Amino acid sequence: MGRAIAFLTRTRNPGRVDWTDILAYAYLVLGVLLILAPVVWLFVSSFKSQRALIESDPRFLPYEQVTAVLPGSTRPVNLVEWTAPDGTTRILAQLRLSGANVVLADPAKPDETIQVPRRDTRPHETVRARFENYSEPTFGGGAAGTFRFGLYFGNSVFVTVVATLMTLAISSMAAFALAKYRFAGRDVFMLLIVATLLMPATVILVPLFIVVKNFGMLDSLWGVIIPGAATPTGVFLLRQYMLTIPDELIEAARMDSASEWKIYYKIVLPLALPAIAVLAILSIIWRWNDFLWPLVVLSRSETFTLQLGLSSFKGEMLDATHYLLAMTVLTLLPVTFVFAFLQKYITTGIANTGMK
Amino acid sequence: MAAEAEPGPSAVVDTTDGGPAMRWVVTPLLAAFEPPMRWLQTKLGLRGLPYVFLLPTMAIFGLFSFLPALLNIYISFTGGASTILADRPFVGLRNYEALLACESIFVPKSCPVSGFGFWTGMWNTLLFAVIQVPIMTAVALATAIVLNREIRARGFWRALFFYPVMLSPVVVAVVWDWVLKRRGILNALLAELAETRNALAAWGPLEMVAKIAALLVVAAIARRLWALRAKGGLAIAALVLCACAAAWLVFAWDVRASIATQAWRPVNWLADANSSWPFFWVVFVYTWSHLGFFMLILLAGLQAIPRDLYEAAEMDGTPKWRAFVRITVPLLMPTLLVVLVLSLIRAFQIFDEVYVLTGGGPGTATRMVIQEIYESAFVSDAKLYGVAAAASVLLAGVVLVLTLVQLALTRRKAGA
Repeated sequence: MGRAIAFLTRTRNPGRVDWTDILAYAYLVLGVLLILAPVVWLFVSSFKSQRALIESDPRFLPYEQVTAVLPGSTRPVNLVEWTAPDGTTRILAQLRLSGANVVLADPAKPDETIQVPRRDTRPHETVRARFENYSEPTFGGGAAGTFRFGLYFGNSVFVTVVATLMTLAISSMAAFALAKYRFAGRDVFMLLIVATLLMPATVILVPLFIVVKNFGMLDSLWGVIIPGAATPTGVFLLRQYMLTIPDELIEAARMDSASEWKIYYKIVLPLALPAIAVLAILSIIWRWNDFLWPLVVLSRSETFTLQLGLSSFKGEMLDATHYLLAMTVLTLLPVTFVFAFLQKYITTGIANTGMK
Repeated sequence: MAAEAEPGPSAVVDTTDGGPAMRWVVTPLLAAFEPPMRWLQTKLGLRGLPYVFLLPTMAIFGLFSFLPALLNIYISFTGGASTILADRPFVGLRNYEALLACESIFVPKSCPVSGFGFWTGMWNTLLFAVIQVPIMTAVALATAIVLNREIRARGFWRALFFYPVMLSPVVVAVVWDWVLKRRGILNALLAELAETRNALAAWGPLEMVAKIAALLVVAAIARRLWALRAKGGLAIAALVLCACAAAWLVFAWDVRASIATQAWRPVNWLADANSSWPFFWVVFVYTWSHLGFFMLILLAGLQAIPRDLYEAAEMDGTPKWRAFVRITVPLLMPTLLVVLVLSLIRAFQIFDEVYVLTGGGPGTATRMVIQEIYESAFVSDAKLYGVAAAASVLLAGVVLVLTLVQLALTRRKAGA
């Protein structure tokens, strides 16, 4: 506790708390609350029962009604907590309603019923996280039928991994050429690569769709992967880094009669690894979160990525909120983990390139 | 845009091999390409090889950026629903007419059907950009300034503010939809707040406690003003004002009435057609999810300002706010401009979040221009590729100009 206070009150001038420091921390705490609270609320809600979600139970933890099967019956009945007039509380089975009253009985002795005012009873609940929200859409079963998490997840992983590998390979090759060779038209190529920034996919949707369709890549994951595999950001990020690799290394390798390809993959690529790591992380996040382009290319649900599956699921199944929330959590978890571990690379990478 | 010194390769000259993944997977895989590349090298020589290295990237750019950019213009002059270019009849300017033949483009209702959708989307997008960009820039700047102070665990705070940028637009939309729906947690919290206020208003000693607390605050302010009374009329006037406030607090303030409120009526935040709430929440959610990105760029800009400038100012006894106006603002201006233009470019291309969150509704209240293009080409039965391409060309003009401005700014900044 003392350390926590010391942590919170540490300021520029030790021993003196400036009012601007208080303001700064208040801002940070408020901001973080605003950022984390909705995500945390989604997370805890994803463990609630369908009923609690439909009734919009505002309690933080997932509560669930406790039921019991009475002797001589097969149907489970709800248990309620009844507060007797003398103040004691008993847990009883609720047999039926009768006007403003309810008919209760001890679960062990269902024949001895009592009738009490309904306002003296409240549902007997227990905290229970429903992992079924996660397991049913993932492994089948329940009513999760139309959401095939495994399929969408596989598609998303395939797109992300293949596209990222392609991006890394071709961007590093292009960057190598632009950083380490002098050749006719180098500046033209640089200019052309910058020019692609002027035509983001959002403004060439229709012709891009027509090109991809004529290549027969519609409804295929390749149609999502290939058009975005080359990225100006990636080429420039890597080129900038490769410029700092001394030319003497390359000259020395040429002296030893290494081929240019060998120089690329044995010398330049390993030395550019920090920049390649940054591009890899950025590319993974771009591809995992991509929405508009897959939405245009993929129309059969067998080819959906997670983002598409999730958005169509949100549109269709209004009463399956419990699955929707759980699947949303599963979609954001990989990104959250990647971010938690590689936060430093991501933020410096983005701050340096001004791109995401 | 590099703000921190680029981490160059260390003085280690011998080749690092980059760990097992590199050694066992990547290197052997790339080694397999060596024979054909060696052959190409003997054929083309050292001069020809760079083109080989550039080929894959340029081929993809050519096929999936430059070719579409040209086709976009061509398709905008053709009609029909075919995706085979040869089957698309040339219609001249008819697609543009469908978008532009309005009595007034400011009144989408005076346009043909396609024009109605386009201009509704365009004006919504423009309104969104005009509202959202200043808010985004201001909040991002405030956050960057706070994070640039000497605070504990800066990396942790920075990461948390950046976290939403990592989330996909679909996830962001589901998260906020869950918070904002009619029976969602926001309405529940507001109802709770109203109840708490009413409970407080019913509390017996409220009147006295509230008045004493307010008087203490006024007294504290008055004490500071009293110390300044020698400085002149303004302090005296403020003191008089304090006395008036105290009198009002004691005799005229109805504490109960100012706290008590009506029970909260749930608002359908994302679907209430008779209010601006859906548009507000679109701006809010978009800012929420992209703030971290711009905050990061501004933070890098702030950290690039040399510390000794501030130290020199402090030595001269320059007040903090003056140092901010004279040092921080001018030196940050290039970064700030880049952020402004970049967020403007992004705002004009908004689609994902809104499409999943509101679907453009209620009615057309949050329908953006990209959604219009997407739906008229791919969702409508008519498959109006030509009209959608014409709309894209018009939008591309806006994006083009903004991007050129941004590139010029970035260049100037890199040169400075």
